[in-house]
Amino acid sequence: MRGPTIIKAEDDKTRQLNKHTLMAFSGEAGDTGELLMIRNSTLPMLTNGFPLVQFAEYVQANVSLYTMRNDTELSPAAVSSFVRGELARSLRSRSPYTVNLLLGGVDPVTQEPSLYWIDYLASLAPVPYAAHGYAQYYCLSLLDKHHNPNISLEEGMKLLERCTDELKRRLPIDYKGVLVKVITKDGVKVMDFDNDRVVRSA
Amino acid sequence: MGSPFDINGGACVAMVGKDCVAIACDLRLGMQALTVSNNFPKIFNYAPSTYLGLTGLATDVNTVSDLFRYKVNMYRLREERNIAPQTLANLVSSSLYEKRFGPFFISPVIAGINQTTGKPFICGFDSIGCIDLAKDFIVSGTASEQLFGTCEGLWEPDLSPEDLFETISQALLAAVDRDALSGWGAQVYIIEKDKVTQRLLKGRQD
Repeated sequence: MRGPTIIKAEDDKTRQLNKHTLMAFSGEAGDTGELLMIRNSTLPMLTNGFPLVQFAEYVQANVSLYTMRNDTELSPAAVSSFVRGELARSLRSRSPYTVNLLLGGVDPVTQEPSLYWIDYLASLAPVPYAAHGYAQYYCLSLLDKHHNPNISLEEGMKLLERCTDELKRRLPIDYKGVLVKVITKDGVKVMDFDNDRVVRSA
Repeated sequence: MGSPFDINGGACVAMVGKDCVAIACDLRLGMQALTVSNNFPKIFNYAPSTYLGLTGLATDVNTVSDLFRYKVNMYRLREERNIAPQTLANLVSSSLYEKRFGPFFISPVIAGINQTTGKPFICGFDSIGCIDLAKDFIVSGTASEQLFGTCEGLWEPDLSPEDLFETISQALLAAVDRDALSGWGAQVYIIEKDKVTQRLLKGRQD
């Protein structure tokens, strides 16, 4: 989106950092990207907005460089720490990246899923579910109520649907649907998601 | 936007007792009025009886806690001993003053027991490293005004570890209830000469 004009309706605002870590990003000036992730065996997400590819690709390249040099996969915790460090360094530079990130992954050793919330100030918090942008105001309350630590993939998808329904109902912007990806120990896969379902206003 | 010190919110307090010290913090991380996480501890451990609490801008809480983890690890390798709270206080002070004209937006608090003297030690800092030594208590964060009130009212000299836990917990919980940017649970450490007790207080989740 640039100003009031939609340039691209289906834009993937995620980058896969390694086999089991995915980063979603949004936030460049003039853009209202929404991001949403739920932590568990399931990690669906919802994105919208304009890409901030520079930072994401820089991080992606450095993570794979590290993996090639040391012949080890970085854990999601390690990746999040690296990403935060780079963003924090950028924050006190002449032109900081104004990017909000959600980083989800499954630890290759412990198989534990984790989700990290990182904002453009480079504040890092491990969370059970997260959102950025306007989605926070509409979805966090729903997630507070309906998320539980042992939520299954099916329940997670249902909960995500509740969130998108709420966004369709209350968000004045047509965010042109969501792209849902799930991260498991086997890797990242795109989920089918019905974006055309009409939701009636309350 | 307001002061960078009050964007994310948070509170921290340290108290001295008889042969013990306590340090406690809330668990909230927010963006202005919106709460993002209710599991964001602000107290970090740097030696068996040396703790550092950091309130203020969350990104700087992350950065500074990581920086001191690095610096204290290097100290331990060079000196082959644990860092004393007094030494950490001087390290924090000089590290913060290094950034005099572009400071970290944090208000650190140190609590610990010096293992050579066996004496409790607490102190606080401003964002550019001025050390605030105190015999009773140190407060910091968006609820610092409220904490001054509750601590002045509840603290008394020579509290036992059990009484100190009760005092610091009540002081913190009462203070954060009167601050919209702090709360959502608390973490309390009671530090004795050779024992540390960590307790998690659920607190009000609103």
